[in-house]
Amino acid sequence: MAYETGTHAAAVAHGHATSLGLDSRKMAFWAFIGSECLLFGSLISTYLVYKGRSLTGPFPHEVLNIPFTSFSTFDLLMSSLAMVLALSAVQRGDMKQGKIWLFVTALLGMVFLGGQFWEFSHFVREGLGLTTNLFGSTFYVLTGTHGAHVTVGVIWLLTLWIQALRGKLGPANAMTVEITGLYWHFVDVVWIVIFTVVYLIQ
Amino acid sequence: MKSWLTTTDHKRIGLLYFWTAFGFFLIGGLEAMIIRAQLIKPDGGLGVSAETFNQLFTMHGTTMVFLALMPLSAAFFNFIIPLQIGARDVAFPRLNAFSYWVFLLGGLFINVSFIAGPLFGADRLSVAPDAGWFGYANLTSRQFSPGPNVDFWLLGLQILGIASLAAGFNFIVTILNMRAPGMRMLRLPPFTWMALVTQFLIITAFPVITVALVLLMFDRFFGTHFFVPQGGGDPILWQHLFWMFGHPEVYILILPAMGIISEVLPTFAKKPLFGYTVVVYSGVVIAFLGWSVWSHHMFSTGLGPIADSVFAGTTMLIAIPTGVKIFNWIGTLWGGQIRFTTAMLFALGFIAMFVIGGLSGVSHASAPSDLQQTDTYYVVAHIHYVLFGGTILGLFAGMYYWWPKMTGRLLSESLGKVHFWLTIIGMNLAFFPMHFSGLLGMPRRIYTYSSGLGVTTFNQVSTIGAFLVGLATLVFFWNLLRTRWQPVTAPSNPWGGSTLEWAIPSPPPVYNFTVIPTVASRMPLWKTERHAPMAALPERPPAPIHVPGGSWWPMITAFGLPILAIGAISRTLPIVFVGVAVVLVGIYRWAFEPFEM
Amino acid sequence: MPGTPVYFPAVPLALLAVLLLLTACGGGHLPQSTLAPRSDFSGELFGLYKDVFWWALGVFVVVETLLLIAVARFRARPGAAEPKPVHGHTVLEIGWTLAPALILVFIAVPTMRTIFATSGRAPEGALRVQVIGHQWWWEYRYPELNISAYNELHIPVATPVQIELTSADVIHSFWVPRLGGKRDLIPGRTNRIAWRADSVGEYWGQCAEFCGASHANMRLRVDVQNDSAFQHWVDQQRAAPATPAKGSPEEAGQQVFRRSGCIGCHTIAGISQGKVGPDLSHVGGRATIAGALFPNTPEMLRRWIMNAPSQKPGALMTPQNLSPQDLNAVIAYLQSLK
Repeated sequence: MAYETGTHAAAVAHGHATSLGLDSRKMAFWAFIGSECLLFGSLISTYLVYKGRSLTGPFPHEVLNIPFTSFSTFDLLMSSLAMVLALSAVQRGDMKQGKIWLFVTALLGMVFLGGQFWEFSHFVREGLGLTTNLFGSTFYVLTGTHGAHVTVGVIWLLTLWIQALRGKLGPANAMTVEITGLYWHFVDVVWIVIFTVVYLIQ
Repeated sequence: MKSWLTTTDHKRIGLLYFWTAFGFFLIGGLEAMIIRAQLIKPDGGLGVSAETFNQLFTMHGTTMVFLALMPLSAAFFNFIIPLQIGARDVAFPRLNAFSYWVFLLGGLFINVSFIAGPLFGADRLSVAPDAGWFGYANLTSRQFSPGPNVDFWLLGLQILGIASLAAGFNFIVTILNMRAPGMRMLRLPPFTWMALVTQFLIITAFPVITVALVLLMFDRFFGTHFFVPQGGGDPILWQHLFWMFGHPEVYILILPAMGIISEVLPTFAKKPLFGYTVVVYSGVVIAFLGWSVWSHHMFSTGLGPIADSVFAGTTMLIAIPTGVKIFNWIGTLWGGQIRFTTAMLFALGFIAMFVIGGLSGVSHASAPSDLQQTDTYYVVAHIHYVLFGGTILGLFAGMYYWWPKMTGRLLSESLGKVHFWLTIIGMNLAFFPMHFSGLLGMPRRIYTYSSGLGVTTFNQVSTIGAFLVGLATLVFFWNLLRTRWQPVTAPSNPWGGSTLEWAIPSPPPVYNFTVIPTVASRMPLWKTERHAPMAALPERPPAPIHVPGGSWWPMITAFGLPILAIGAISRTLPIVFVGVAVVLVGIYRWAFEPFEM
Repeated sequence: MPGTPVYFPAVPLALLAVLLLLTACGGGHLPQSTLAPRSDFSGELFGLYKDVFWWALGVFVVVETLLLIAVARFRARPGAAEPKPVHGHTVLEIGWTLAPALILVFIAVPTMRTIFATSGRAPEGALRVQVIGHQWWWEYRYPELNISAYNELHIPVATPVQIELTSADVIHSFWVPRLGGKRDLIPGRTNRIAWRADSVGEYWGQCAEFCGASHANMRLRVDVQNDSAFQHWVDQQRAAPATPAKGSPEEAGQQVFRRSGCIGCHTIAGISQGKVGPDLSHVGGRATIAGALFPNTPEMLRRWIMNAPSQKPGALMTPQNLSPQDLNAVIAYLQSLK
């Protein structure tokens, strides 16, 4: 049997070639999303475990406004569409469209946050505070954590948008936009789950 | 100095992790010695107060798990993994630096509680966490733990979680994506494999405890009732969340050590690892099963017979892949040419001691039997055979094995032998009698016990053993220190190892490999049936190698987190804002910093 | 240098011999030994532990012997041939996967059987006792007998007892090793264990879940009595507290009790209605005080009343500033409450 002798590859000084052919940042982001699933999973489980165990009202059916939240959900879904359009524009180098769609995504995110702010303040007026009962605590912590994620996403999108306005974002940064999009879609999917668990299945 | 503060070199970060974690290991050990000293006498012991004792065992557990064993493993992940896979650095060098600084600052934040009493108007110097490393609700509620003690714990652990998560993402990508050409997954050295499995456990387990800690934080800071029965909350939910993290955490602690000895045994037996694929897959199986057994920590909470049966069953299943690993290690020794270096002695000690811990674990897995052993010294014996006899002996094996690679200096073998024998004798004297103390009815976490229990002698032996372990650790510390004054003389492959880290000088140059090697076998430096050893790498790089520069921003961003925590613990909103601002500025400067990888 | 490692499992082996000895003699004279069961519940658990123990010992001997042989036989010798680079052996792998699996079946079956046998449901007609954990003392209620006891549990011998556990504050764990395994007292939940003690006597236990400052001092005592002694005790508890004779020191003590802080926390039937600490209506009949921590003697009572937190860290009972005469009188009064 012949020996295979180890050889040396040419020096890959910058090491951009990766073993799996997947961008390292993107892979890290997938790992991050996996981790986030456990985070939201734990929060949603806590919500479900405590469902129906509040000692005093207001109870979910007394305050939850499904039509309004359906609108918010639709808004967030549309923002995901805008994100797809933004990424595709950046990838093909159409920065004019890219700027528009990045901003639209952020704007729809802000509309969602505005809706959440309105919803929270409405609930507080109805007598549901953070410490009122288990429903209040689990609801605010769960949806608040999600809202914090949306906030981070909006800041991130606006940062990219400003970069684009300053002409510092181009097709070379498509991966950055793609990762932003991954995050944004993930946050969106989490909302679909929360909307189903908290609002639709009462 | 500046170059260390801003370093993004995985080797330097590895050394920083090592010395910091070793420092915390000494602190945790000191806490253990005070605990043992107190228990040398029944009925009041040496006079350590109940409050101090509760702080000591809480901090001993917290320190050893989060500040000593995990980061000592991380020291090896940092230093060794890029070398073993033939990479120039980790995937995200600055994120790596960030992990280290967050770990250091988180560890300091928790420990500063030992002297922070006056700042909180407490009548004592120390307001260290005192509700156990497991922090069971509802003892941790504001009502039953009014001081800042538990706040230090829950904020500190959240900070440390960030460090572990960041490192987890980093190493997953590094191992999957930065492998040298030809380094297929089933050619990865077993240590790197176990490290990979560990990282997956970290990124899945830590979010769960983060949620538990956040809920507890809301209970304590904002008056919610997640774990407060008066408001409808259920303290048992804490136990589920904690152990869903806590049991994977056990494997986070033991798998890297299993990886280390899977490197050490073949090297010093001059034989390939027996059943490499089986050893790798059993590690993966252990990790999967590790997610399905958490409630075996809760048999006494009354889960009901069905749940008890299920969790007893899944727990027993874990014994199978664990046993398989042990048999494969013995298979590796069988027919070999065993050299009894200190590293090898520790690896053999690992097998001998871990078996004891594994077997006492079976009596815990058997749920009804566990009702007599849980929360007694029997389980203290069990965890110490697993985490000291297993993890720490494994880590010591790794230290003797890789120290020459990390520093270019060999540790003294004769001091090493003294260290080994003192450790083995000490740990058995310390931990074996605990089985008896437990069986005779001594609960754990008690600062005093009745002389009528008949466990005084066992406790005295345990205390003597613990002090022997302390002495052994000092011998080791001296062994480490004295190498600092020695010249760099270690050859590149002092032990005849088979993996890539031994193909480069000790200590490795900043760029690691003059050229990235192409790997053709699982043991590239050894001659096997089908492969000649890899040809030596050129002494000088044939082309200039770009090495990333340092950055201040990881450290500065990391500083934002303890500032935030200080703001939270002192209820000072402006400080919280400062912390948030530091993090934000740090992240932005980091993101837009020109940093060529 | 080589050679020495052959001896290293000697330490645990020697200690193991001690374990065997202990198991053999059962530590029978020791008050909290799990190796000397005196009820059906603890007997089941001990039987199961012995099963597991012998299997574990067998595995221990096999594995450590293999390790010793490997270490002794395959030491590096100068001039020896290079070892054969064996990479594995499929049949061996299957073998040592199946062997532990088989052993585990032998452990799992009795485990499941015992889980269901000790699930905590006593047969019909069992004596019900509700145990309520407090930081750091125990309250026992006998709903059918309409009496309560504190820290010292009295039960009749050879009678099934249904024990229901809950907590008034944090999580505790009720543990009397010779009578049964632990079960947690969890606020907001009720847990159950059941046992039938087989011999008359005094049994000791203590809290087994960390519950704060004085976790170590949360002890308990169980008096397993024959039927007539138990009935006598029940009658005593049902009776009104002893009334001191006019002009006696006990009567003076009652006056002190009435006008001091005691009444805020303690009940003595007909005198006070405090609910923070244990009921003292029959405290004189108890063998111990302060969570079964100290013997019920005048001297220990004196120390306890004067400064409870110094005797038991974290104790809620504040130091009582009583004159020596008042203190003596109160002690005499409390001791008279049989």
